Order: sequence, then structure tokens, then C-alpha cells
Amino acid sequence: MTSPSSSRPGLWRWALVIAPVLLVLLIIAYVAGWLSPHRLTPDRFINQFQTNGGVHPGLRRNHAKGVCVAGYFQGNDQASVLSRAALFADVRTPVVGRFSLPGPNPLTPDGSTPVRAMALRFALANGQQWRTAMLNAPVFSVNTPQAFYQNLVAHAPDAHTGKPDKAKIAAFNAAHPEMAPFMAWAKATVPSASFATQNYGGLDAFYVTNARGQRHAVRWRFVPQAKATDPTGKPDANALDADLMQRLANGPLRWQLVFTVAQAGDPTAQAATAWPADRKQITAGTLVLTRASGQAEGPCRDINYDPTILPDGMSLTDDPLPPARSAAYADSFRRRTAEEAHLPGYPAAKETH
Amino acid sequence: MRHSDRSTFHPLARLLHWLMAAAIIAMLLIGLGMVASVSARHDWLLAIHKPLGIAILLLAITRLVVRRRHPPPPLPADLPRLQAWAAHASHWLLYALMLAMPLIGWAMLSAGGYPVTLGAGLQLPAIAPTNTTLFAVLRAAHSVLAYALALTFLAHMGAALYHGLIRRDGVLASMIGVRRKTSASN
Repeated sequence: MTSPSSSRPGLWRWALVIAPVLLVLLIIAYVAGWLSPHRLTPDRFINQFQTNGGVHPGLRRNHAKGVCVAGYFQGNDQASVLSRAALFADVRTPVVGRFSLPGPNPLTPDGSTPVRAMALRFALANGQQWRTAMLNAPVFSVNTPQAFYQNLVAHAPDAHTGKPDKAKIAAFNAAHPEMAPFMAWAKATVPSASFATQNYGGLDAFYVTNARGQRHAVRWRFVPQAKATDPTGKPDANALDADLMQRLANGPLRWQLVFTVAQAGDPTAQAATAWPADRKQITAGTLVLTRASGQAEGPCRDINYDPTILPDGMSLTDDPLPPARSAAYADSFRRRTAEEAHLPGYPAAKETH
Repeated sequence: MRHSDRSTFHPLARLLHWLMAAAIIAMLLIGLGMVASVSARHDWLLAIHKPLGIAILLLAITRLVVRRRHPPPPLPADLPRLQAWAAHASHWLLYALMLAMPLIGWAMLSAGGYPVTLGAGLQLPAIAPTNTTLFAVLRAAHSVLAYALALTFLAHMGAALYHGLIRRDGVLASMIGVRRKTSASN
């Protein structure tokens, strides 16, 4: 260091200038996943949905077929022992929701699957929100994002036949015994001709914290008050929307929100496994849906039903699915809004659907 | 705070600089990491990303105020004009990006209809109307400008090391806080 600055700098000095820059570049590349082509990223998740179901610009990459609903949630203060979230007091909270079918195809016939979904966004008076996206199944199909992704890959259309390879699906199912409860339900369930009669569960486990700071693990379900008058035959391709409009024309539709409280040892990270049936249940209030509208113009179109958006008094557990859903939904939302905005590099969304 | 030495940055400016250096590189890595992850990491990185972004915004504003009261030491007189121009341009680009990125992130969440939560029940108001076209543009801008910030950061770091190790002209020393020897050494 004693050499005068006018002398030619040694190579090692240049190395000390360049090496830190390259090191930071390398760290950036690692963190961004550029060095790990097999890392499961939101991008790869959504690409797989597109591989399986095609690109439908402007629409959600999963649960593409749906309808908007709106109404309110009337809390009854009984769940305040569980959670200090403001909506569980004796108050009315506005709700914008969405009923949907699973899968990336917006033209899925209603009779092709027994799965129906209900997503809700509660806008609390204090500015906080609760968003949840639920299924009418008793449990989720798998426990982990990796298994969910592999299931998508197993269902990808074969390059030659254009249809999923049954051998791959069978191999996936055999390797995932956790699927058994969901598969048993799916096999035994006749596709419903009404969204209104279905019992929707959050399936994932979340923590709720009350005003005294006490925390419990819970799951929740929205239990329908509408009578199940399901016919035994398969519903028509678009029977669900027609049924919803007709029922709402006759009056609001109601569900009771029921929390199931875990006991010590109940798994919080296994959404494919039901908790024992004798767990304590608390009814938190009533969801009242009063109107519906098409998803192209309805208020649910621009909502990402990210299940990790929770009010104060609710939080994530070690369940690995909600963070994965949050990450994947965000990428789906990024893509479909870019398509709607006609950003360069994205297929343009159709004006109506 | 007295600071009569004109060859180094004011101690407060140096403190802010190194705090922000750590915060910004952490922020870039957190941002890149969280959008490339589907594990629990996605959620805890996001939980850090938002309050840290607001902290960077506040620090950047503070820094501009400090800079106004305590102007930085001049660049070496013998610095080639192109390099001097690049130095000034990259600094103002860094300032612009460190102010713009948090504001774009905040506006983007507002436009997307998301509640802007900082944790611990702290919530910021929306600074943009709920509008998906606006969201799409801001979301794309947040990504593009993040890469621009990363590149500017790397250029800044490379230039600082070039000044410190190749030119040895006291520019790096002025931010580390080492007093420049008398101009006789030039």
C-alpha cells in the first residue's frame, strides 16, 4: 500500500474490485432461483397450470370458471373468545365473494367435477381484511405444495394423445396415500347442481388469537342453511350459475361460519387429514349473500383471494399450503392483470368472457 | 454536530449511507427471493419486505435533508469528465430509485386492492385508487426498476472499489471516514 498511486495497479487490485461485484451477482442469481432450475417457484407452478389447461388471457390460472357474489357477514361475538379479529364481534362486515370450479379451463362443464369452491373477502371497518378460498371437500387432496405440483405434472396432457396419462396419475396416487380421504370423498360425491347447498371449508389450519393473547389452532367451514335438493343426475354444463341467480332472486343465501378448535397434537400441517370429529366447535356468525354478477364485470374479478391476507387476530401455522397458495395466486394475478392491461409481452385478454 | 473536515462525508451522512447500503441489498435479495419461493419463506420475507421498504423510504428522505445541510465532499479535481458525470448521474439515479421503489410498491398494493400492512397491526392508507390496469403497470415497474436498482448498486459498488483500490483518490475513504491525507500526496 506504500506504492505511490501513480504506479500501475497490480492485477490483484483489479481482482479485488471485480470479485465483490461478481460475488453479489452470484448471490442475486442464487436467491432468484436462476441457479436452481428444479426449485419449485410460483412461476413454475403457474406455467404448469398453463401446460395443463392452456392460456386463457385475463382469467385466473386455476379456478378459471366462476361467478361473483356479494353480501355481508354478521358476527355474533361468540368467536371473540377465539379471535380478537373485529369481524367476530356483533358487527356486520361487507363481503365480496366468488364461487368457482377447480381447474384452469373456463369452460369446464359443471358436471365434470364434484369440487365447488367459495372464496370470500371480508372488508373490516378498521381497514383490515380477511381473505379465504375454500372447497366443499372435507379435506384437501395433498399436504404439501410439492405434492400438489407433482399431481399437476401427472395430470399434464400427454404429447402424443393430448390426454393425461393414466399410468402417471396412478403412479402419483400410489405414491401419495395422503390422498385417500379426498379421493374417497370425490368418488362418493355427486356433482352438486347448486353452489348454495355446499359446505365450504378452509381446510388449512390457522391460528386465532384472542384479546388476552391466547392462541388456538383452528379450521373453519361455512355450513349452508339452504336445503340440499340436489338431483341425482349430473348437472348441465352451466347449471350452477343459473341455479345461483334463481335462488338469489328468491332471497338471500346463508351459511354459518363454524370454527373447529384443535387439541394438542392435532396436525396443523396436514390439510389432507381430518381432525377427530369430537373437536369443539364455535359458530362465529352468518354469511349472507344477496346478489351475484358475472365474473367479467363483477366486483370479484379484481380480487386475488390470497388466503394469507388475515386480520389482526388470525395468523399462519406451519401448514405449508397457504404460503404456496399466496405465492402462486400472486403470480396468477400478476399475469392476468398484465393481460387485461395489454402490457407488451402478454397475450391480450378478451374484452368479455 | 460539528464537522469541519471537508474531505469526508458528515458522520450522519456516513451512518445513513451504510445503513441504507445494508437495507437496500437486503431488500433486493428479499424481493427476488420471495417471488421465487413457494415455501413459508415467501410469507416471512414478504412480512419483512413491506416495513423495510417504508424504512428505506424514510431513510432516503432523511438522507436528502442531511445532504442539503452537509453537502458531500467534492470529487477529485483530476477525475476525467466522463467519470465525474457518471458519478453524479449514478448517484441521482440511486436516490431516484430508493425513493421510487417503496412508493411504487406501496401504490401497487393500493391499486391491487390489498391492505398495506406493516405487521403488528400497523396499516398504511392506500395511495392509489383500486385499478388493475394501474396495478399491472406498477407491478411490472416494480420488477424492472428492482433490476435497474440492482445494476446501479453493482456499478456503484464497483466504482467505489475502483476509487479505493485503483485510483486511490480518497473517494472511498471519504465515505468510510478516513481523513484524506494532505493534497501534497497528489
